Amino acid sequence: MNAPDTKVRLTREHCRHLLHQMLRVRRFEEKCAELYTQEKIRGFLHLYIGEEAIAVGIMQVLEPEDAIVATYREHGHALVRGVSAGAIMAEMFGKQEGCSRGRGGSMHLFDAQTRFYGGNAIVGGGLPVATGLALADALSGKAHVTACFFGEGAAAEGEFHEALNLAALWHLPVLFVCENNLYAMGTALDLTEAETDISAKAASYKMPSEAVDGMNVVDVEAAARKAAAAIRESRGPYFLECRTYRFRAHSMYDPQLYRTKEEVEQWKGKGPIKRFQKWALDAGELREADVAEIEQAIAAEISEAVEFAEAGSWEPVENLTRDVGAERRA
Amino acid sequence: MTQISYREAVRGAIRRAMQQDKRVFLMGEDVGHYGGCYAVSKGLLEEFGPDRIRDTPLSESAFTGAGIGAAMGGMRPIVEIMTCNFSLLALDQIMNNAATIRHMSGGQFNVPIVIRLATGGGRQLAAQHSHSLEGWYAHIPGIRVLAPGTVEDAGGMLSAALNDPDPVLIFENALLYNDTAEIDEPVDVDIDHAAVRREGNNISLITYGGSLGKTLAAAEQLEADGISAEVIDLRVLRPLDDDTILASIAKTRRCVIIDEGWRSGSISAEIMARIIEQRFWDLDAPLARVCSEEVPMPYAKHLEEAALPSLQKIVAAARAAVGR
Ligand SMILES: Cc1ncc(C[n+]2csc(CCOP(=O)(O)OP(=O)(O)O)c2C)c(N)n1
Repeated sequence: MNAPDTKVRLTREHCRHLLHQMLRVRRFEEKCAELYTQEKIRGFLHLYIGEEAIAVGIMQVLEPEDAIVATYREHGHALVRGVSAGAIMAEMFGKQEGCSRGRGGSMHLFDAQTRFYGGNAIVGGGLPVATGLALADALSGKAHVTACFFGEGAAAEGEFHEALNLAALWHLPVLFVCENNLYAMGTALDLTEAETDISAKAASYKMPSEAVDGMNVVDVEAAARKAAAAIRESRGPYFLECRTYRFRAHSMYDPQLYRTKEEVEQWKGKGPIKRFQKWALDAGELREADVAEIEQAIAAEISEAVEFAEAGSWEPVENLTRDVGAERRA
Repeated sequence: MTQISYREAVRGAIRRAMQQDKRVFLMGEDVGHYGGCYAVSKGLLEEFGPDRIRDTPLSESAFTGAGIGAAMGGMRPIVEIMTCNFSLLALDQIMNNAATIRHMSGGQFNVPIVIRLATGGGRQLAAQHSHSLEGWYAHIPGIRVLAPGTVEDAGGMLSAALNDPDPVLIFENALLYNDTAEIDEPVDVDIDHAAVRREGNNISLITYGGSLGKTLAAAEQLEADGISAEVIDLRVLRPLDDDTILASIAKTRRCVIIDEGWRSGSISAEIMARIIEQRFWDLDAPLARVCSEEVPMPYAKHLEEAALPSLQKIVAAARAAVGR
């Protein structure tokens, strides 16, 4: 067998794609924040702004048949995975045209077509499920990977340890992706963990584990290529800790009393989009005109998504108890 | 016809399901090498191998959650939780994932998992191994809750549960595992309806699971005193079969509910409420119930007996209801 190709090929086309995807997530969520203040979107809204390089970098290596499990901060994952912006937006409006028929909202995006298994608002709750999806693949001889995204806060939950142990013990093809943005709501990692090196915790379960600069999309993609190749080869798990930062509040309700403006500004200086865009322009891989074109395409996509959501319909209340259980048994 | 035990009936059902459908596998603590802590899965490891009779670490949340993921990934897992007290460590997965994902995904994903749990007291195992939590679980929309009280149901409910596209919890009262019955052919049993286990005209005794035997014995005793008791075995605690319950009440106009759960907020409270909502004017006597006393289950035999529903309490409650 040939050694798997784990190099990131930074062709002009690929650079354009990476920038496009990161900017898409960014602009989509900026729009969400705006729509939230207009009360079009309600409930909890957790923005991914600042962390886009992770979803974008990881998704490059996933095949259509691979499965994904994410948390409540999952707009970016869903978008990059290929769930339509309109269906996501409609979901946040609570319309029945939403990707979860308006039953899930921002924190519970689901999409069967892209094997997107949510959208889970229980910290740590997705890890056992991802392990089980990988178990199903293992038992039925399918060569897929299950990618599981979660924050570093999950590392304090028992489910993190139970699921890692199970995945390692049973050699299950799970790509665990820890998005370490240093804060679980308002509580800094060093206030909650005796061992703050999350990748070291994972390594203690005897799975390959690596920490990577989560603000650098190329680094994330390269690490993801290596990880996915290892999983496809070994059929066992792999742990990737992506060190990142969220630029916005935890949710729209958060006054951010736990960190300073200076700290946030400092991290913004290392922003994944800013940094990659500058690099690509400097390297001559992209031109200003490319960026303008990308922005234009995104603006059009987003306004279409908002129109789609606006034009969507409210599910009749008579359907309230629909989809609690199957209509009929198989 | 052969005489088989409740335990053997469950084992036979697991074996048949695994022979018929490659997607079925069993996982849980000590189901494999130990043979199952109630010996239900004894011998199955040798027959099906460790991939399909899967011993798990002590991590209720992870293996229950993995069962949920495997079900979503196309498998038909049977997850065994040793004692329902331990299921509380997996409650997050059962309630927040298994029960909700169909709804939260707008019907796109379903979770065809079967979770088997041992339940009930009476073995002097004290408070952390003796509780009856099926009534709690029956509170949750999105799951089906079964309580086989007979050998036939113990064998027949499992394959019906595996054909259910939604999560099914089967509570097996640990005191029943040694019960035996003459069983012909294994039959799939109905998991939608309650069963009338004994016909009667003067009073309805409504129960399920581990209390069924005591209740039938109480009915015999009442018969000797000239009181004709109808015994309803609920079998399915969620969704409740109102029709069977109400038809019996319409006939007898009196009712005692026997439930091993605690009285406060119990499934018996729910049944009483439904009867009052729908048949209040038909009643000839206040509804009554015999539940577990409101204590964590004590260890000492006499105290444990005093805490659980007993034949004497059932008979006394029934007599009071008919005024004799
Ligand atoms: C089990 C559980 N406990 C508490 C919460 C409340 N909560 C929501 S998000 C959050 C912080 C999680 O932080 P982290 O896992 O690092 O993810 P991030 O939000 O940083 O992406 C908390 C405590 C929850 N949703 N689930």
